[in-house]
Amino acid sequence: MHSLVFIKQVPDAAQVRVDYETGTLIREGVPAIINPFDTHAIEAAVQIKDKFGGSVSVLCMGPPMADEALKKALAMGADNVFLLSDRVFAGSDTLATSYALWAGAQKVIQEVGPVDIFWAGKQAIDGDTAQTGPGIATRFDVPLVTYAVDIKEVDPQARKMKIVRLLEGGTETVEVPMPCLITTEETLNHIRFAPLPYLIKAARTPVVLLNSSNTTIDASQCGLKNSPTKVKKAFTPPKRERGEMIEGSLDEIVNTVYAKIEPMLKQLGKV
Amino acid sequence: MIKQDITQYKNVWVFIEHNEGKIERVSLELLSKGAELAKDLGCEVCAFTVGDKVEQFAKEVGEYGAKKFYIIENSALKEYRTEPWRDAIVYLIDKYKPEVALVGATTLGRDLAGTVATKLSTGLTADTTALDIDPSTKNLLMTRPTFGGNLMATIFCPDNRPQMSTVRPGVFKAVKNPTKPEIIKEKYDITEDKIVKKIIEKVQTGEEKVNLSFYEVIVAGGKGMGKKENLKLLEDLANVLGGTWAVSRKVVQAGWAPQSRQVGQTGQTVHPKIYIAAGISGAVQHVAGMKSSDIIIAINTDPEAPIFEVATYGIVGDCLQVLPKMTEMFKQKLVK
Repeated sequence: MHSLVFIKQVPDAAQVRVDYETGTLIREGVPAIINPFDTHAIEAAVQIKDKFGGSVSVLCMGPPMADEALKKALAMGADNVFLLSDRVFAGSDTLATSYALWAGAQKVIQEVGPVDIFWAGKQAIDGDTAQTGPGIATRFDVPLVTYAVDIKEVDPQARKMKIVRLLEGGTETVEVPMPCLITTEETLNHIRFAPLPYLIKAARTPVVLLNSSNTTIDASQCGLKNSPTKVKKAFTPPKRERGEMIEGSLDEIVNTVYAKIEPMLKQLGKV
Repeated sequence: MIKQDITQYKNVWVFIEHNEGKIERVSLELLSKGAELAKDLGCEVCAFTVGDKVEQFAKEVGEYGAKKFYIIENSALKEYRTEPWRDAIVYLIDKYKPEVALVGATTLGRDLAGTVATKLSTGLTADTTALDIDPSTKNLLMTRPTFGGNLMATIFCPDNRPQMSTVRPGVFKAVKNPTKPEIIKEKYDITEDKIVKKIIEKVQTGEEKVNLSFYEVIVAGGKGMGKKENLKLLEDLANVLGGTWAVSRKVVQAGWAPQSRQVGQTGQTVHPKIYIAAGISGAVQHVAGMKSSDIIIAINTDPEAPIFEVATYGIVGDCLQVLPKMTEMFKQKLVK
């Protein structure tokens, strides 16, 4: 079984702050991490390898520094790691990104072999679009299973999988043939502590660099210029002002709050 | 990138999401917003969907202003599955060429829209919270939050059609605007044996699906509620105020409440008149989902909690004491 996991390196969103003076994000000192949803995709692929044999390849598109994310993927049990890095990708929107990743994956398949399961996190915590996984599945023309919360069955002989995915207000179990593309929820699995052999392997395994010169990527389908969506403007939402602190005894506080909201309650017809 | 002849594209299309014979509320919200956009563009707002027996929705989409209703009916499309629905929708869009296509940013909508847009080689803007028409270019301007709501970006799609967006539920109001829609039924051949994905089982988790955006008063609780049993205090106060209760992500993660009650980036976006945040610290992801509430009352034992930065009124105190007191006193004042 060969799994190919698509990952993204992202700034730790929980640590990004806004500079309201300049209306920009403060990214200095914010650590770069593997998109948390993607770590569950790596873990799921490694668990499949542990059970059925085979290998796990990981492909990341990003700047040269994103090789750190791939080193972490190796420590989690990945076998082959590829960094797709080229200036021609800069500014790609989701359509162009899914194209570049699809084209980069062709090279992985050429080097490592056909893929049985493609994996991606359900969305990235910086962009939050949840569009790249579905886009790649469409380009490969394989069944898409989003929001996976349980891998119920893998049958390598029949080349079928049963996967439980989230719906609004419930779940469904779907059966799909392999190859397929699965996007993962955080609750799919628990990330294990990296065992020593993986750490040793991580130190010894090189990150394979892919770019527009050693792949068949068509540069006229990626980058800012070739992305259908453009950013007209980016801005920080207006800051809500810190209001009034209500102090006093419990009775006084609750009475004051009532007096404050009474006009609104009247407007709503509740008084 | 293949540039298209965008002049052939006309009308604003709204995808009608349905489940068990019922239309999702967000689709009606988008018809109302779509009608405004169509007015600015000088065209019509139309509804479209695929499935089994979907013609029955014509009356309801007409009530919310759809001038035309494009449908594909096929028993193999009864249950939602990405690939056959995608291909049927791509068929409709290829044939009728809408200039805008809006989809609710639900679990289903986000699964579907990414694959449809890729097939059509057009742009898709996710999780939009504002839609406008640029008066000079007539392009659709789609504004969305990124970085956990810390940054807003306005996106447009100048050279490709349709201009596609998924839109958050609860952002726009569904307003009745009755018309009698023309039904355009397309034949599309697909049979069950051609569909590789099979649905083995569907499980309703027994969680009632709550649309928090319906309520003008929301009493929300966070990890500071201490334990599951204490969530009853939220419900008690919400009942007195004629509202509903909600929770933060941490409460859902602790297993105290279903995800259908969660406010925030990964839950629902709400903008009630009154939002009471009890024992909620105010993580950016939560604040992104509630900061447009008219009045925010925050109760927290930690005077440094970030929730106070967005609160209209702040109370430093234990929500387990403040909430029952509010319930008791408000009851006396409100029930007359």
